[in-house]
Amino acid sequence: MSADHLAGAKTYPTPPTTEERNILGKRAVRLEDPPLVTGRGRYAGDINFPRQMHMRIVRSSIANGTIKSIDVSEALKLPGVVAVWTNDDIKELGPVDFRADRGAEILKPYRQPVLAKGRARYVGDPIAAVFAEDPYIAEDAADLVIVEMDELPVVVNCWDNPGEFEPGRSTEGALLKHSFGDIEAAFKKAHTIVELDLFTGRHSGVPMETRGAIGYYDATKDILELHGAAKVPHRNRETLVKMLGRAPKGLHVHESHVGGGFGIRGELYPEDVLVLVAAMRFNRPVKWIEDRREHLMCANQGREQRHKCRIAADKDGRILGLEDEIFHDQGAYVRTHGANVANRTLCMMTGGYDIPAYRGVAHYRLTNKTPCATYRAPGRYESTFVRERLVDALAHKMGIDPVEIRRRNLIRKDQMPYLIEFEEQGVEELLYDSGDYELLLDKGLKAFRWDERKKECAARRAKGESVGIGMVFFVEESGRGPSDGAKMSVDSNGDVELITGGASLGQGFETSMAQIAAEALGVDYQRITVVHGQTDRIAQGIGAHAARATVLTGSAVNQTALKLRAKALEFGSELLQLPIGDLDIVDGVIVKKGAPAGGPSLSLADLNKKLAPGAKILNGRDPHLAVEAWFNTDHTVFPYGMHFAQVRVDKATGQTVCENFLIAYDIGRAVNPMLVDGQLVGGCVQGLGGALYEEFAYSESGEPLAVTFADYLMPTAHEAPRIDVVITEDAPSPMNPLGIKGAGEGGINGVGGAIASAIDDALGRAGAVTQLPVTPQRMKALLAHG
Amino acid sequence: MSDTVSITLNINGANHSVSVEPRRTLADTIRDDCGQTGTHLGCEHGICGSCTVIIDGEPMRSCLMFAVQADGRKIRTIEGLAKGDQLHPLQRAFIDNHGLQCGFCTPGFLMLATATLEKNPNIGDEELMDVLSSNLCRCTGYQNIVKAVKQARAEMRGAAK
Repeated sequence: MSADHLAGAKTYPTPPTTEERNILGKRAVRLEDPPLVTGRGRYAGDINFPRQMHMRIVRSSIANGTIKSIDVSEALKLPGVVAVWTNDDIKELGPVDFRADRGAEILKPYRQPVLAKGRARYVGDPIAAVFAEDPYIAEDAADLVIVEMDELPVVVNCWDNPGEFEPGRSTEGALLKHSFGDIEAAFKKAHTIVELDLFTGRHSGVPMETRGAIGYYDATKDILELHGAAKVPHRNRETLVKMLGRAPKGLHVHESHVGGGFGIRGELYPEDVLVLVAAMRFNRPVKWIEDRREHLMCANQGREQRHKCRIAADKDGRILGLEDEIFHDQGAYVRTHGANVANRTLCMMTGGYDIPAYRGVAHYRLTNKTPCATYRAPGRYESTFVRERLVDALAHKMGIDPVEIRRRNLIRKDQMPYLIEFEEQGVEELLYDSGDYELLLDKGLKAFRWDERKKECAARRAKGESVGIGMVFFVEESGRGPSDGAKMSVDSNGDVELITGGASLGQGFETSMAQIAAEALGVDYQRITVVHGQTDRIAQGIGAHAARATVLTGSAVNQTALKLRAKALEFGSELLQLPIGDLDIVDGVIVKKGAPAGGPSLSLADLNKKLAPGAKILNGRDPHLAVEAWFNTDHTVFPYGMHFAQVRVDKATGQTVCENFLIAYDIGRAVNPMLVDGQLVGGCVQGLGGALYEEFAYSESGEPLAVTFADYLMPTAHEAPRIDVVITEDAPSPMNPLGIKGAGEGGINGVGGAIASAIDDALGRAGAVTQLPVTPQRMKALLAHG
Repeated sequence: MSDTVSITLNINGANHSVSVEPRRTLADTIRDDCGQTGTHLGCEHGICGSCTVIIDGEPMRSCLMFAVQADGRKIRTIEGLAKGDQLHPLQRAFIDNHGLQCGFCTPGFLMLATATLEKNPNIGDEELMDVLSSNLCRCTGYQNIVKAVKQARAEMRGAAK
């Protein structure tokens, strides 16, 4: 079935290995770095326009309530205050919309208004906006706005009975379902069944740069500009054009340096809309820079889910079925992703195992907490934790080694490509494009020294320490289609400009794209300037999300550079009077293959000059070395990986220390192993935060308890363990010309699951960890109830 | 509240005479009044260390100081680290070791490490780890930052001899 399925897809031959390439696949230093290490970066806070005003948001201090009155009179009296807006001032504005591809009609009533409309639903909900000449004055004035509210009952736990969002509308926004196979039969004929009740805690990306937005209105051209954008500038422009009722030509979005994204930054938020509306109405630039407390109360959060799950196996430990009832905490509103995170959790639940029957149901519920959306590896961090907890528990109950039970159930190489089709209408299938899962298992075990470590841990435990090891296997997804394009041109100096619709959040996008383009064209990658995140330079763009940039934009860049190369060689052949097949481009110069130095040659700079408009040689063809090309695909690619962890539990303090971590990850083909390594290690330490330290806790009344970095504990250099990375290239994707798969999420995906597994081993108690993060308090409770 | 005080900040050897409210933070003054935006603000409550600058040889969090407290003192920021086109060994080490991704925390780490290694290029691994744990980075997982600082330490040790 699966092979037939692939027959319709365009596939590509196995790409060359790194050794056979020049710059692609090599550890090239980053083009991004020189300005960033010298203080010449330009982040949102560094962008200033003459005559700009500063915006400060007045936010709800209670988690659920109706607004009785808003008194702005005192605030307006403060010198330097220009205006204070409430919802009455922006009545014509609808709520912040979903992205076009995430919209489900039933979720529309749950969208967030730009400013609260008679009701606030979480602590931090924007109620009013102050505009002033100076940010200090704006903040002073915000304190003078008096909001009177009547408190309403709050919903804090998504697994409690749903409440009322508004009269006649439940806080259960949707009930989502993904299933295949006969789940009842699977459990009926099972030899062993294990049931668990699991929780993943609420945490988020928390980039070091808080959000920021600067609205600028160019009245001469009637163009409204949003600066400080990130992640998905083109999509946000589409949404903003709709929300503000402007013609597309009258609104542009500009990305500059971005201080980390991780999925949460760059989504469209109420503040982005406000600075634009205000910039137009006042005909003055409006700047908003979020403070950290606001960030921890208002930027997208994620991960909070409860899973009532069970797994069934036959007498040999082969999994027959997996069933999961998920309670997904969406927070107070539906944001730009609709129900995407709950859906990703559902669809990736079976991971790398060949499971004949599955049923997942998700209660997508609104609560009175900060709204949620995608955070790096959305739905996968959660589903890997759940699935691998079940597999560990199953192994323990059946007395099968945890390595062996995984080996028995992994999808085999000869089953690739592997198709997962869900019964529900409109639910997208998954087609795992390539993989040799068992090979990665063996490589990972060997690199981690699993067997030796197991003995070492046992010996240490015998001496009274609580140390243990654990592992998870996971499948990631990246490079979702359908298409992306790029433009490329050479200037009179021989420098190359590459314009993409991608976005850079610090992941090394410019360097990766330059390496791909340089390899295909035959120039030094350092001579390529990569443009990204500018909606006025290219009409379409996918931005950077879901580990998409390298795969999809990278493939588009490859196609574009090849097209430029073909054009250069075509004219080079005519001018040098040599057949195209005899020519090569080396360091930006067209040369005869194998000819000694001083042979016939033509630089791209000179060629470009010869191709000026009107030149005879053009003979009806377009002037200059400038092209545009597209890459189209119907298929997502699926990298896969394993995480191995070794932990030590201090029983006296309850502190869990991660001593060692290993990530084994198959990337298909790496564009730059140094950057892949950086993505994986960085993601891993973030994941460690969610596994052991970071949690957005709330009081029973919905008050957020982590609003500073003293409460929201991100790992420091001290907490970061030694992390080894094994990048394999055993399964290049047949779905793109470069064979690449995404790297952005493979470092974080399995951390929660691996740490949980290692803690179980350290305590000698299978299934001990049911909740993340495993804070010292939870560990103490766990030990007390042991 | 709008009473201002005239002060002179010496930043990277250049005097900036500015008039600020007493409550204005040093970080905001360096960035917005003196135009040196390489110093970043990540939390404004003294934990992340992105705003670290060197004042009279000591690494300090410029978000936790008022500008008036720095009047007349010698301030070094990221903009003054390279000598013209020649990068400081730490800047080079961060590039060589992929010690930065988004780059937002980088100026803070660079100034923290500069002050630390200038005071003691022989600082031991454990103590160095303690120092570097005072700043936050969200992208790199720290491994490459530590590697970079150790590389620069070796170079600065050699230069100090």
